[in-house]
Amino acid sequence: MGNVPTTVKHCLSYEQLIQDYPWLKRWLQEEKTITGHEYPEFVKIVEVGPRDGLQNEKEIVPTGVKIQLIDMLSGTGLPVIEATSFVSSKWVPQMADHSDVLRGIQRAPHVRYPVLTPNMQGFKDAVAAGATEVAVFGSASETFSKKNINCSIDESMLRFEEVINTAKEQQIPVRGYVSCALGCPHEGHIEPSKVSEVAKRLYAMGCYEISLGDTIGVGTPGSMLKMLQSVIEEVPAHALAVHCHDTYGQALPNILTALQMGVCVVDSAVAGLGGCPYAQGSSGNVSTEDVLYMLHGIGIETGVNLAKVIEAGDFICNALRRKTNSKVAQATGRTL
Amino acid sequence: MAAVMRLVNRRILSSAMGQKYVAYSSAAKAGVRAGQALPEKVKIVEVGPRDGLQNEKTIVPTETKIHLIDMLSATGLPVIEATSFVSPKWVPQMADQVEVMKGIGRKPGVSYPVLTPNLKGFQAALKAGASEVAIFGAASELFSKKNINCSVEESLQRFEVIMKAAKEAGVPVRGYVSCVLGCPYEGKVAPEKVAHVAKRLYSMGCYEISLGDTIGVGTPGSMIEMLEAVSKEVPVNALAVHCHDTYGQALANILVALQMGISVVDSSVAGLGGCPYAQGASGNVATEDVVYMLHGLGIQTGVDLSKLMDAGAYICRTLNRKTSSKVAQANCKL
Repeated sequence: MGNVPTTVKHCLSYEQLIQDYPWLKRWLQEEKTITGHEYPEFVKIVEVGPRDGLQNEKEIVPTGVKIQLIDMLSGTGLPVIEATSFVSSKWVPQMADHSDVLRGIQRAPHVRYPVLTPNMQGFKDAVAAGATEVAVFGSASETFSKKNINCSIDESMLRFEEVINTAKEQQIPVRGYVSCALGCPHEGHIEPSKVSEVAKRLYAMGCYEISLGDTIGVGTPGSMLKMLQSVIEEVPAHALAVHCHDTYGQALPNILTALQMGVCVVDSAVAGLGGCPYAQGSSGNVSTEDVLYMLHGIGIETGVNLAKVIEAGDFICNALRRKTNSKVAQATGRTL
Repeated sequence: MAAVMRLVNRRILSSAMGQKYVAYSSAAKAGVRAGQALPEKVKIVEVGPRDGLQNEKTIVPTETKIHLIDMLSATGLPVIEATSFVSPKWVPQMADQVEVMKGIGRKPGVSYPVLTPNLKGFQAALKAGASEVAIFGAASELFSKKNINCSVEESLQRFEVIMKAAKEAGVPVRGYVSCVLGCPYEGKVAPEKVAHVAKRLYSMGCYEISLGDTIGVGTPGSMIEMLEAVSKEVPVNALAVHCHDTYGQALANILVALQMGISVVDSSVAGLGGCPYAQGASGNVATEDVVYMLHGLGIQTGVDLSKLMDAGAYICRTLNRKTSSKVAQANCKL
């Protein structure tokens, strides 16, 4: 671990000393820094397969299968599993059974089960069904906001403020999402300042964590870096998460860049569930298995058992009659 | 003294405004770390026609191979590995090595290296018009024995013979080291072993050493460890990485290699070539996906991505297979 106590390491004057005398770290035989990059010791994985993943799958999944998937994931060590979405079933038929799912799952101790709540109605239904954590979904793109949730960014913020204030009263933590953080299917390029503006608003309103989503997967380590540099000026890195899509194969290098910037929460979906609604036949969410493989290979702890996640992935792929999007699962040969 | 002054400054800046300043400078620091020292230019070595096709089950007609290479020549790729002068008994896909070599249109400024596992292959390559060759060592004893039927030391001695002949003929030689991040038989491979083999090849006269993660098991952690060991023995500007995407780690591994100063990357159009050690799994990283990442980082490659995708679409149609490139899939208008 190194010769320097953690309390001293986090002291600003120590950090300054290291900056002034770069050789000091090696001399003190400090923990191994990889070419000057420091990676977090622990990364929290937020499993979004049962919600974001299934929401983007064409086949409607029976409630029993959803519950079994979540129960299997609960046994893997994953600390957060996004269970469902309290959105109108008119818009998202896949999530019509939200209350049944939330009531049906076996909640493992030390695991959190946030649910999406786009508005007050959804929030009330979620609480009635036993939700103990919720999430709201903003966008960095005006056009995307209008097309996706039928209102401008400002209007959506007002809606969320209501949800967040009510949640505060009931001591229910709220996670904020910002979609189109690295590009929009309608607007194209998104200015990093727009992302930081929306992230800042959600954080100031009371979201404990802001998940920055590369909704169409067009981001690269270059744009990820610029965007995070901008956001970190407004929201501390420890309150940020990255939600990368692998549509252009860039998810893992983007996640790596985020880790190098001090982000230590990563969203992913078991088996890479969920295609991309904007690129026919393409992949969407990055696979939890592939993320875990990389993190463990770097020596970062997650508390998650990779083999058990692969099993859960096999289960849901069998149920959906589809091949896994996870390369790790494919390579270990336990697929259809 | 400077440290003391800064401590004083920190106390002054511990107000709310100061907090923002500190946060900004930390962000700037982190940003510098994350984005530091990336090369301005990266040379892509396209191995699709050789490494890619060699690992495809369908035997590809000579004309198709030639047409693929000609399409790739038009994309701006600076190096295209054309074929392999290995015995057709071992690698039937490369049996038409001489016709391919003689049939392609050689674009000026583009290099067309060929594999030459032994002196016989080297002489045949030269006769067919090759002006650059490559030799293939391994960092794993078991892999060497199973793959080319001799120990690592014996293979290096074989290569010395080729090197001597290549020097006399004025032909540059590229060295490959396989299994640098893991071996299908031995499992973990010591970075020192990789460094040892790389050093031998470099001292023999190879102008560049390509380090291959043959079964794609590497992660940024093992990649960095290995590169730290190798770069002590071989200058970083003479190194290349050849990553396989079998576990989806290739682009992340390439990114950390770039951060360590590597500026040559091997890849295969459409991600051609499966993995012979993991049934149904992918092999080479797709050139399209690499180029997309590099361009996104502001790194120049000289490659036209849309022409590259055309070449990938062509070979996939001919092979009747789906592309392994995610960029190509995302842009597919089918």
